[in-house]
Amino acid sequence: MTSASLQRNPSLDDWIEIGADGSVTLRTGKAELGQGLKGAIARIGADGLDVSLDRIRVETADTARGPDEGLTAGSRSMPDSGMAMRQAAAAARAHLLALAAVELGCDVGELSVLDGTVSGGGRSVSYWDLLGGRRFEVEVDPGVEPKQPAALALLGRPGPRIDMLGLVTGTTAFVQDLDQAGTLHARVVRPPGPRSELQSADLDAVRALPGVLAAVADGSFLGVVAEREEQAMRARELLAARARWRVEECLPDDVHRWLLEQEPQSFLLVDGIPVADPCEPTEPPDGAAATVSATYTRPLIMHAAIGPSAALAQWTADGAGLTVFSHSQGVSPLRDSLAQVLAVAPENVRVAHVVGPGCYGHNGADDAALDAALLARAVPGRPVLLKWTREEEHAWEPYGPAMVIEARASVAADGTLLDWSSDVWSTPHTARPIPHPGTSRLLAAGHLADPLPRNMPTPTLTRVGGIHRNADPLYSIARRRVVKRFVEGLALRTSSLRALGAFANVFAIESLIDELATEAGLDPLQLRLRNLADARARAVLETVAERGGWARRPRDQAGRGSGLAFARYKNSDCYAAVLVEASVDDATSQIVLERAVIAADAGQIIDPVGLVNQLEGGFVQAASWTLKERVTFDAARVTSVDWESYPILRFSEVPPIETALLDRPGEPYLGAGEATQGPTAAAIANAVHAAIGLRLRELPFTPDRIQDAALR
Amino acid sequence: MAAAEDTPLLLVLRNELGLRAAKHGCGLEQCRVCTVLVDGEPVPSCVAPAASFEGREIVTLEGLGTPADPHPLQRAFYEESAAQCGYCIPGMILAAKALLDANPSPSDDEIRAALDEHLCRCGTHPRILAAIRRAAAELAR
Repeated sequence: MTSASLQRNPSLDDWIEIGADGSVTLRTGKAELGQGLKGAIARIGADGLDVSLDRIRVETADTARGPDEGLTAGSRSMPDSGMAMRQAAAAARAHLLALAAVELGCDVGELSVLDGTVSGGGRSVSYWDLLGGRRFEVEVDPGVEPKQPAALALLGRPGPRIDMLGLVTGTTAFVQDLDQAGTLHARVVRPPGPRSELQSADLDAVRALPGVLAAVADGSFLGVVAEREEQAMRARELLAARARWRVEECLPDDVHRWLLEQEPQSFLLVDGIPVADPCEPTEPPDGAAATVSATYTRPLIMHAAIGPSAALAQWTADGAGLTVFSHSQGVSPLRDSLAQVLAVAPENVRVAHVVGPGCYGHNGADDAALDAALLARAVPGRPVLLKWTREEEHAWEPYGPAMVIEARASVAADGTLLDWSSDVWSTPHTARPIPHPGTSRLLAAGHLADPLPRNMPTPTLTRVGGIHRNADPLYSIARRRVVKRFVEGLALRTSSLRALGAFANVFAIESLIDELATEAGLDPLQLRLRNLADARARAVLETVAERGGWARRPRDQAGRGSGLAFARYKNSDCYAAVLVEASVDDATSQIVLERAVIAADAGQIIDPVGLVNQLEGGFVQAASWTLKERVTFDAARVTSVDWESYPILRFSEVPPIETALLDRPGEPYLGAGEATQGPTAAAIANAVHAAIGLRLRELPFTPDRIQDAALR
Repeated sequence: MAAAEDTPLLLVLRNELGLRAAKHGCGLEQCRVCTVLVDGEPVPSCVAPAASFEGREIVTLEGLGTPADPHPLQRAFYEESAAQCGYCIPGMILAAKALLDANPSPSDDEIRAALDEHLCRCGTHPRILAAIRRAAAELAR
């Protein structure tokens, strides 16, 4: 099997290096986002090569070396890089064994390997003797068969990530920590709102402050560079206080009404693929036992990384070359985008990934990289560490889009789903900084005196898009009509946030299934099972129901109830079912999550602890979106700019979670980082309905939404 | 030290002393990723000037243990894989240290209450709770 990553990077030396010192360096073109990439790649490589984990070093995305694997997104780290490393390690082992066979004068079949030492015919030779410090000089052989699951020592067994000790001892250097001797500090002053223009700035006053080396005003892009961090912060404050802006009112007061008022580009999904056919409405079928129509919404949601975006940039003294350290999800598209805005050749720009605060999609990392490069240009030869403020992060990151889903479904008396119709409105979920002539998607590019205007995304018309991700139910339904409605023109940037459209689409589908079950007097679990042909889908549902005590759940709507929901992410990746038991506090109308159960099938398990962390982390984050999160704004600017105006879930609100993993040895790795997002929201909505009989269709489920539903 | 008197403790720790375990998260004392122990109590360091801590004992995560010799809490976090991105973990471990010093066998609710001001965006809460329970059990031996 040849993965796309291997086709793009066929040289074995891109992936694996046998060190002269007894080490093995594995290179991936993906980035460590907190998802545990390094640990997983290390396990795959160590198992495949037969070397111990403590010999392994993992280097992540860097335009200067290693494979180019594009973006680290879409839960593709394991399907792309994991599968590629599996093949590369198998090919490397076979290559080394062939060398050893010559060295030892025996057949490959007679050889055995223990921690990189090959034995045969009574003698032995190590990988490091055979190839240490030299290159393979071959392409990855796609014909070598990777090991059978039973022969793997590490995969599927629990054990800490190789980067865990650094994290728990505070010795891991994040981008924000790259302030070594001689590093200068930079800050930016952003406009008040998305369509504000700089009228005047007092650069002279800022330049007179102690330690300030540069104050930059380029169009509406304003920033400072200083010797010391606190000097940069003080200079930023003065620069902001004295700047005068023209502020344009450009934001709608109700983003969902705005979505429905725009002229969308509409596409009917045919076999999961958007096709520009007519999207005529349909009528519900005759003979249905129940038909339910409902509208579901999600607001704009933030990534809200726990640390604000940052980047370290350094130009060569002659100003010709640039190096940037960034927590971007895509070092090569970022390099090309930076080169475009800065008008330098891409080969003169190096972008290397350094870990940052948790990344859940296209956040401010790329924009911070351009900010750093623009400000570092004023002090060539010096490294400049640029950091965003909390307010900047909250107000300027690209958000996960607001969405509206109008859906209608019909079921027969025996529980057979007869008909499905849904329309999904959203602004783009994919607006990453990929260069296009004359335009840019990097934030500051649009603020420069000679601006590159924002590049407007176009609808994705492949099976795996953003708006229509999981819009098509996995259930067998005799007739279906699913329409993607792509809307453009919101003044706020929207782009990829964990699970993209799947979060709201699964919320809508799995809520509507529950509503249909209520209406037709069917058990919601049985309704799902009856219409699911895929045995792996059925298995996660049956497991979650069994572990969660579904058959014994309270059914009296007396304040406590259970809800469940299911999805197969992208209809092609990880299967996940979530069961939530919730209660609603009478006095405060707060939803209390009493406990949660997850069942998931992510193919062959690489690291069960890492898998649980991704699934449960996805649940907690999605529960936070579901219960609390909504970007707020007035006519001109974002108003949710800190953790009080944009609260997230806290320890006291996180329920006990039990997770069941269904291992599938020999099956391909299915990324799990986004699998629980959608089912979580619907499971909570369904649990609230079971608890108090109120149906919540507008995210987030804040107490005022409960009170509104009670009054309906 | 070259820092001015009103420089926040966090910047002095990170930039003057090279102690970078404590992180900048908000600069508003809202998220607690900048937590340090001041006379044993968990305190945010991102706003209060370093000068205001004169005469107090300050412990950062580096003061608990090292990769070669981790503190039992750090070992418990390691064993439980209680980190995803890891950015909030230094503050979590120090808050847990203060909790266990005062209350060696806390209930789950007491752990949750002690950490409630500490934000984690990756959703690592279940594993952090497990790590603190494990550390409490091991320290009790």
